[in-house]
Amino acid sequence: MSKFSDLTRLPDARGHFGPYGGRFVSETLSFALDDLEKTYMRLRDDPDFQAEFDYDLAHYVGRPSPLYHAERWSKKLGGARIWLKREDLNHTGAHKVNNTLGQVMLARRLGKTRIIAETGAGMHGVATATIAALFGLECIVFMGAKDIERQAPNVARMRMLGSEVRTVTSGSATLKDAMNEALRDWVATVDDTFYVIGSVAGPHPYPAMVKEFQKVIGQETERQMMEKTGRLPDLLIACVGGGSNAMGLFAQFLHQPGVKMRGVEAAGEGLESGRHSATISAGQVGVLHGSKSYLLQDAAGQIEEAHSISAGLDYPGVGPEHSHLHDIGRVEYVSITDAEAVDATFQLSRLEGILPALESAHAIADAMRVAPALPPEHTIVVNLSGRGDKDLDTLLKAAPERFQNPAKTGDGKEGA
Amino acid sequence: MSGGTNGGGLVNSGFANSTGLERLEGAFTGRKSQGRKALVIYLMAGDPTVEFTISLVPRIAEAGADVVELGFPFSDPIADGPVIQAAGNRALRHFSGLDDYLAMVARIRKATPVPLVLMTHYNPIFRYGEEAFLQSAAKAGLDGAILPDLPVDEAEDWTALARANGVAPVMLEAPNTDDAHARRIAERSAGFIYMVSLKGVTGTDVGMGENLAGRVERFRAMGTATPLAVGFGISTPEQAKRIGALCDGVIVGTGIINRITAAPNTGAAINAAVDYVAELRAALDQPA
Repeated sequence: MSKFSDLTRLPDARGHFGPYGGRFVSETLSFALDDLEKTYMRLRDDPDFQAEFDYDLAHYVGRPSPLYHAERWSKKLGGARIWLKREDLNHTGAHKVNNTLGQVMLARRLGKTRIIAETGAGMHGVATATIAALFGLECIVFMGAKDIERQAPNVARMRMLGSEVRTVTSGSATLKDAMNEALRDWVATVDDTFYVIGSVAGPHPYPAMVKEFQKVIGQETERQMMEKTGRLPDLLIACVGGGSNAMGLFAQFLHQPGVKMRGVEAAGEGLESGRHSATISAGQVGVLHGSKSYLLQDAAGQIEEAHSISAGLDYPGVGPEHSHLHDIGRVEYVSITDAEAVDATFQLSRLEGILPALESAHAIADAMRVAPALPPEHTIVVNLSGRGDKDLDTLLKAAPERFQNPAKTGDGKEGA
Repeated sequence: MSGGTNGGGLVNSGFANSTGLERLEGAFTGRKSQGRKALVIYLMAGDPTVEFTISLVPRIAEAGADVVELGFPFSDPIADGPVIQAAGNRALRHFSGLDDYLAMVARIRKATPVPLVLMTHYNPIFRYGEEAFLQSAAKAGLDGAILPDLPVDEAEDWTALARANGVAPVMLEAPNTDDAHARRIAERSAGFIYMVSLKGVTGTDVGMGENLAGRVERFRAMGTATPLAVGFGISTPEQAKRIGALCDGVIVGTGIINRITAAPNTGAAINAAVDYVAELRAALDQPA
């Protein structure tokens, strides 16, 4: 009966979510994408492929990830009860690995021997490098020079795993430029190379395929909430850069109108400052990196540089399905500033002993904003999409005053 | 399928009354009637300045360019190699939008009848509005448009609107294009079909191209009358001659940008570009 009941059938045959999505790439890549789509559609329903995927998710990634009731934090906020979906506990420390495992398995079925990927925060790069190592494939990760500087530990991890990290200096030297360079590489190497895209973005079939590989997050959440509370959650909250962790959590519940959803974009230094990555909140529709969606762009259609303290959200586009879910009012898209996200990392660290990634901290901060006004029988699931160890350098620079020993005890206990 | 052009070279084709689509195909059929190949030159508009582009286009037309592609710079040019990317970065600040670009086209149009073709990525056109843009473009005297990230399956509306406005929608074909796509490209492309010589971005060495002869033969077998031009990786006169022998025309971009960039001043840059076009012309016109 719900007007949302059709959402589970998207995208259409040509990769459109309402007016968004599609396949805006050079003719050379059209063929590779046709080929990929055919193989993916066949394997999606192949029980052997699914069993192999499930096996590695369980024994290599460590799924299911826990759904943790953050009681102390909930009590402090004094409203709804909050549960954390612990994607940070996956092997490699984020939800990204669900997708890289699925795509590299596809690459092998297609007979490709070389893997390329783009990365912003480095989490997708690390997850791709990890699975490439597992299967013994050559792997090249494109990464903006600016991100290489602010995510040094992840660069080192990728190299340890045997991948080449290729520095991208064009444009803003961040995630969008890394994606440009990966697409340029792919157009020349398409015969032997598989491009592992890290989000529900890019040309069809990537947005649909990445959603499918990340859907396990929401499937587990539904089962775990039924076990623990006997009913579906009232509200889901996830951060949105390209939007794969959010899509992974939301997909299972889209047709359940009782489950409200909030996608949290990065407001950077504030929407009014012009230095943000809040694509849906403050962008206009356009075409970039193979699909039609909301974009940060100027009046002439030139893409504008995004800004966020969190490298993983620092992207001027967003997955096309999110644009559609926004337009039809299924998901509410809001934004959180750099300062609010930094504050949320400290709150969660001190109240629950969990250091969230700065990306995930945007969702944590939004929960802090909405939970106090909600009644205690109300349940919220926040997707804790990644762990925050990689962000320590950024946090030390952003809030040095908070890295002091606790004022009263002075017993040598670590401050953070 | 591709608009009637009743032969005749550009100069005799009743320029003032024909559409861009007719002028563009006329440039190819004009050469063909002389038993020669068309030369298409790509320039990044506004590199290094808009005035430079306006001065250069009539000169390279006199030197033997039959069609001039004028790139409109885009912030995220995924189809371009390093040379054209750098040219785009230099040109970006000279255009606040496509209206500036069309004002430039209108000025060039007054100085020369050479067919002018826009090449850019899709987003600036999408943002402007396809139909509004095509109407402004036709008024300015633009003859065709190439959007490398708008493949034929996404271009149904675009190709129909462009034809209706008399602007030729030039579609690209690639080494791995399958027969079904090739047929749709032949149906929808006008002015010419842009055959991408190899898998890669602009500025790679063409070699013999990837199965070019076979791909040309496939279009011929479909009965398309639309001219076939090959681009990507052609920069020497020898390459132009070798590839030209297989098709109706060749497209050269990175090579001329390199010569312009290397020159010490704008006067020298114009001379270098004109000499280069003349060399390419001479190589194409040599008897086999």
